Amino acid sequence: MPETTPSAGRPLLEVRGLRKTFNPEGSLAHVALDGVDLAMRAGEYACIVGSNGAGKTTLFNAIAGSVIPDAGLIRIGGENVTFLPDYKRARKVSRVFQDPLKGTAPNLTVAENVSLAYGRSKRGSALKMAMRKEKRAFIAEALATLGFGLEDRMDVKVGSLSGGQRQAVTLLMATIGHPYLLLLDEHTAALDPHATERVLELTDRVATSPDIATLMITHDLEDALTHGTRTIVMHEGRIVADVSGEERAHMQVGDLLELFRTTAGTTLADDKVLLKA
Amino acid sequence: MTPQIFFDAIMLGFEYSLLAMGVYITFRVLDLADLTVDGSFGFGMACSGVLTMAGQPYLGLIAGIAAGAAAGCVTGLLITKAKINPLLAGIVTMTGLYSVNIYVMGAPNVSLLNAVRCYDPLYQALGGDAGLLSVDGVKMAFIIAIVALAVAINAAFLHTETGLAMRAAGDNEEMSRASSINTNAMKVAGLALGNALTGLTGAILAQYQGFADLGSGTGMVIVGLASVIIGEVFGGWRSVTWGLCCAVAGSVVYRLIIQLALALNLLDANALKLVSAIIVAAFMAVPAVRQTFKDRKLRRDARSAMERLLAEDAAALAGATGEED
Repeated sequence: MPETTPSAGRPLLEVRGLRKTFNPEGSLAHVALDGVDLAMRAGEYACIVGSNGAGKTTLFNAIAGSVIPDAGLIRIGGENVTFLPDYKRARKVSRVFQDPLKGTAPNLTVAENVSLAYGRSKRGSALKMAMRKEKRAFIAEALATLGFGLEDRMDVKVGSLSGGQRQAVTLLMATIGHPYLLLLDEHTAALDPHATERVLELTDRVATSPDIATLMITHDLEDALTHGTRTIVMHEGRIVADVSGEERAHMQVGDLLELFRTTAGTTLADDKVLLKA
Repeated sequence: MTPQIFFDAIMLGFEYSLLAMGVYITFRVLDLADLTVDGSFGFGMACSGVLTMAGQPYLGLIAGIAAGAAAGCVTGLLITKAKINPLLAGIVTMTGLYSVNIYVMGAPNVSLLNAVRCYDPLYQALGGDAGLLSVDGVKMAFIIAIVALAVAINAAFLHTETGLAMRAAGDNEEMSRASSINTNAMKVAGLALGNALTGLTGAILAQYQGFADLGSGTGMVIVGLASVIIGEVFGGWRSVTWGLCCAVAGSVVYRLIIQLALALNLLDANALKLVSAIIVAAFMAVPAVRQTFKDRKLRRDARSAMERLLAEDAAALAGATGEED
């Protein structure tokens, strides 16, 4: 079957039978992914919750290409990317990490950082100047949509911004190249409550775009139910629950904990889990 | 102390400023401490020496650039493909190049005093011995032109899409890979660029001093580092263009400092490398020393603030006991 661009019926992300064991030889063997199947369609926005070591981040690593799985298949936008190196699939998948320092280059300016993400999504301009006038204008416009006032600080080095501002820039960089898939790995966990709120608000705005699929790992069970269209529960390398639609709409945090207990056969053990009062 | 001494020092500073730019690119842009430099300098010098002897001074300069770039590529591949620690990879290449340089030159040193060198055609064109500029004047003009061109080309390159990607790769590797930048390719390219400049330095130096010598490469890392650090101590951290200019200025200042030390008879020529090392250590310590003084001042201020509070306490206590009496 030929690899094609995504058609209407096909999911943007297709994960089948994904397995990964770390240190398979020794006594430290750890099964991180134990047969994960997952499909995400355009416009879908799923929150992933689970205990420590449930395989959430390994799943992201496999999708983004920083970990090559032992078995299984990954298709993004209809293309088989299972063994494609991370930087080659970066145009299709964007990722935002928990640490605001990870997503941006501190010694480059705000505009240069955004330009990297934007410029690299277009081919064949290797020796063109990176900061052309029309591109600067475009970047300023894009920054203005964030609502963080960064369009006035384009030539400031990113290292001097706050964590929230940096994550906002990272989110813009993640989506400016129109990837198929947006992976958010607890991207608000290191921010203060106010910045968290603003970044989540921004996240909802970019993730509801109809031609992108979004996966967000969170430790806030309330957020896992109120943000997005779908909630996925992982446990010991498997997806044990996957709720959406009506069922999810009526769910409370207590129901989610109960669901976890019945499907995983244990209680949600996570030192980071947040239960909002 | 004659003006000629300082003229020579400044000229030497410009000659080595290409090396300083090369070290700036590997050390500051790529964030790699690259020790290939000693070898690529000698490699460039050897290639230039042999070709100048054969009557091809310009080809000698180009070969110097190519030789340095090739050496940088080898180190780059050792780092990215063989996963060798960058410091060790540089040492491996540098060591290997020592033998390569012997093969290229065929002798420990070659004299170029009777050969046509890169600035000679310009000197003749300007009227030769009867012309306006002396040989030294032409040499100075020639090297300044090359340095200016090198600054312009490198500054422009670092502002292209690829140059920006290279800076990003040195600044945040993980993020760069996530922005679909092949960071390994960028490291190899950056090391090639940095060492190409180093090779060119060796190539020019051979022709300027009139001989190519196998031992010349030793200690070049320190010379380059010293220039970059001196440039930063005076110029600070701003844009990459500014950084390149500061590296050039740092190289000239470094030569002037050494010349001054020699002229004042503070040391004999045998102590040159020792002085270089001390200068580098001293300038590299400057940021830490500045910080220490800043911290001390903060501590002093905090202490006097605390002592005021203690004095208030003591006064209150004295007042209270006074009342009791």
